[in-house]
Amino acid sequence: MGKNNKLLEFIANSIPYGTLIQGFQYPELTVPSGKLHDAAGALKNFKEQPFDYLVSLTAVDHLEKFTMVYHLESTPTHTMIVLKADLANRDKTRIDTVSDLWVAAEFHEREVFDLFGIHFNNHPDMRRLFLEDDYGYPLRKDFKDDVNIIEYSN
Amino acid sequence: MSEEAVKKIILKEDEDYIVNMGPQHPSTHGVLRMEVCLNGETVKYMIPHIGYIHRGMEKMAESNTYKQIIHLTDRMDYLSAHINNEAVCLAVENALGVEVPERVQYIRAILDELTRIASHHLWWSAFGMDLGALTTFFYGMRDREKILAIFEESFGSRLLHSFNTPGGLMHDVHPDFRKHTLEFVKYFRKKLPDYKNLLTDNVIFHNRTIGIGVMDKEMAVNYGVTGPSGRGSGFSCDIRKTAPYGIYDKVEFNEILYSEGDSFARYKVRMDEMEESLNILEQLVENMPEEGGFTAKMKPVVKLPEGEYFQRVEAARGEFAVFIVSKGEKYPYRIKFRSPNFSNLFVLSQLAIGGIIADLVAITGSLDLVIPDIDR
Amino acid sequence: MILLDIYSFSTLTSSIDKSLNDAMAPWMATLTEFVLLGLVFLIFYALLGLFLVYLERKVCAVIQNRIGPNRVGKWGMFQTIADLIKLLMKELITIKNADKFLFNLAPFVVIIASFMAMAALPFAKGLQAIDLNIGIFYVIAVSSLGVVGILIAGWSSNSKYSLIGAMRSGAQIISYELSVGLALLAIVIFSGSMQLSTIVESQADGWWIFKGHIPAVFAFVLYLITATAEINRGPFDLAEAESELTAGFHTEYSGIKFAFFFLAEYMNMFIVAAIAATLFLGGWMPLHIGGWEGFNQIMDYIPSIIWFFGKTFVIIYIIMWFKWTFPRLRIDQLLNLEWKYLLPLNLINTVIISFVVLMGLYFK
Repeated sequence: MGKNNKLLEFIANSIPYGTLIQGFQYPELTVPSGKLHDAAGALKNFKEQPFDYLVSLTAVDHLEKFTMVYHLESTPTHTMIVLKADLANRDKTRIDTVSDLWVAAEFHEREVFDLFGIHFNNHPDMRRLFLEDDYGYPLRKDFKDDVNIIEYSN
Repeated sequence: MSEEAVKKIILKEDEDYIVNMGPQHPSTHGVLRMEVCLNGETVKYMIPHIGYIHRGMEKMAESNTYKQIIHLTDRMDYLSAHINNEAVCLAVENALGVEVPERVQYIRAILDELTRIASHHLWWSAFGMDLGALTTFFYGMRDREKILAIFEESFGSRLLHSFNTPGGLMHDVHPDFRKHTLEFVKYFRKKLPDYKNLLTDNVIFHNRTIGIGVMDKEMAVNYGVTGPSGRGSGFSCDIRKTAPYGIYDKVEFNEILYSEGDSFARYKVRMDEMEESLNILEQLVENMPEEGGFTAKMKPVVKLPEGEYFQRVEAARGEFAVFIVSKGEKYPYRIKFRSPNFSNLFVLSQLAIGGIIADLVAITGSLDLVIPDIDR
Repeated sequence: MILLDIYSFSTLTSSIDKSLNDAMAPWMATLTEFVLLGLVFLIFYALLGLFLVYLERKVCAVIQNRIGPNRVGKWGMFQTIADLIKLLMKELITIKNADKFLFNLAPFVVIIASFMAMAALPFAKGLQAIDLNIGIFYVIAVSSLGVVGILIAGWSSNSKYSLIGAMRSGAQIISYELSVGLALLAIVIFSGSMQLSTIVESQADGWWIFKGHIPAVFAFVLYLITATAEINRGPFDLAEAESELTAGFHTEYSGIKFAFFFLAEYMNMFIVAAIAATLFLGGWMPLHIGGWEGFNQIMDYIPSIIWFFGKTFVIIYIIMWFKWTFPRLRIDQLLNLEWKYLLPLNLINTVIISFVVLMGLYFK
């Protein structure tokens, strides 16, 4: 870990619209949701440290917004970066897919669609992965299922 | 699952012959439904359908404390249960800044390696059985029983022990733990040549696996295939080397890499990994300190400070990672489990194209999938 | 040869023949003999089948380092009978759109083929049901009829999986028949006759596998490999592999019909082993070494029927050993092996043997 100066320079030059902070373990880059695909492409094609391995793709439901969280690793140098994008609207959440950059994202994004309801533009096969078509989106904080989930306050 | 979506991608012709290798398999992979389209004997495409054992672990974990989440992570990839637990424990310990005693780190690493060997035993048994060498099942299981006896002696349970806890271990190991581990290492070293004679050197086995299911390094990195399956294609992804945790930076071992990328290379990686684990075990047991206790001092209720934490470990099948978002309470706000089998599964539909069904069985066996890990 | 006659069964059979002919008209005596032979063979076939299934389970257990059935009866002896009773009590499921006549006919065709082959085998001195002058030719021809039964079974089941399995089985068996025939031809060339009793008696001064030295050993090895493929066993059982899709051509059969297929498979194994024992290892002829009269006399004290069954069971053990050790071959690798490697080798071996016999370069 430590300070990765080349990476910081690159981000300052090529991804000026993103805000970079040093998180607890890895640098975290937050970009607006419309520019996510560009930022991901720039990171993947960065010559000195190409971020070619998508470790994890997930979403977090903060109550007023969703946050997409991408953990990327550069296999030649073993450095990691966290890419984040915020989605404001809870009802019509759309964001670009990154499955043309990393094929693994195709299935992770299907899982996010299944569990959160976030729709990905230009995804080759946008359908649910585990659950039935009319189930709802379980990982959202406002998901109610009277049969299977018992709610109590602590 | 909408059929129109499937038809959009793949144009079906009249001579397509859809065969279902349904959720119940004769082999031990788990509940995975593979829809295979055949043209004569050749596979045209293969679509995996999952979700038969989706338990909603990530949602359940949002109302469980960190000590209770250990029991959930056990039941995902149950063959490397200990290693999954360790990921959550390490994430919590790093977040809180707790220093676990060195003895605990040694014991955790020893259990990691024993779990890895036991998992590879079961994989070897099932792989041989899939291909028709029915005797490998008994040889592998017989040797795995020795490891399970060590576990039962210390923890009371053979497979899902849930022994790790944030801060250390639940209680101390049996006094004979080191002695029995060393005996097992000696015993298994003598048995490894048997495994080689029975399957590795067999010409029929070579014909069934060499050149089958070739995955080059770029495909492995792009799909995120880690673990022995990725290392068989030359993708250097062993977390114990690239981002060491616990005691692994003090242990000397080699990372096994083969570059051919076919099923036989993945097979050889796992066989060599079993030997490397034996070497690691010898070093660990020799250097394990006797004093140090079995846990660090932790508060009874574990509350993580607000923030996001990410911990990666090397499970028996690949990279297992845990992503915790905490808002300062005793429950995580969001926990995401990055399971290795989820990424490893989807490369199967690419590798199966062009082969015949017998090849599909060989490739699935060499990728070593455990389905509850995919569905969580 | 005199000592051999002590254990000869011809005294028993000729005395039965004589007493029947004294008691009734000649045509009636012949008819009674037919019925008696049929009954004896049926009982022998069934009992041997039961014993072979039990043997397979015990041999498999030994190779896999475990015990095998040991609860039903002492050493698990009655396990197969328990399995048989269970199979008999199962419901006979009829398939809706299947061709009913062919569906019911298929198991019978398979059993009849193997039954007919067994009738020509020489079990001991004087104990052979039919001694045709084209003995070995008859046996090979009749065991080929089993393929027809398999194809009928796969076709009439009206199921994709059975059809694939039956086609694979059919292709495999028909290909390997060529090599089986050629390997057996080797011994026919050596002994100069196709009649089974002549072949056995020509081994009175040594078995053909020793007398015919290298080409005969080669033919024996080739015969073992190709015969294992003929009976759909061992590393060549892709058509009925449990870990692949289906159970092959007998997927849709249940109860007694499935038991017929199962039994026919084990009895085919016995017949194949018996033919190997008869042609290469001397049949019921004890181990004689040409010229060592004292040794030969000692060997003659062991009854010929024990020699025959001993040799057959050794070969059965080897065939079972193959199955539990090796992984399976893929169907294309299987057919490759036959057409590109075994058949040419067999042809070359046949030419060599013809040359050897012409020049007299073997132990006479």
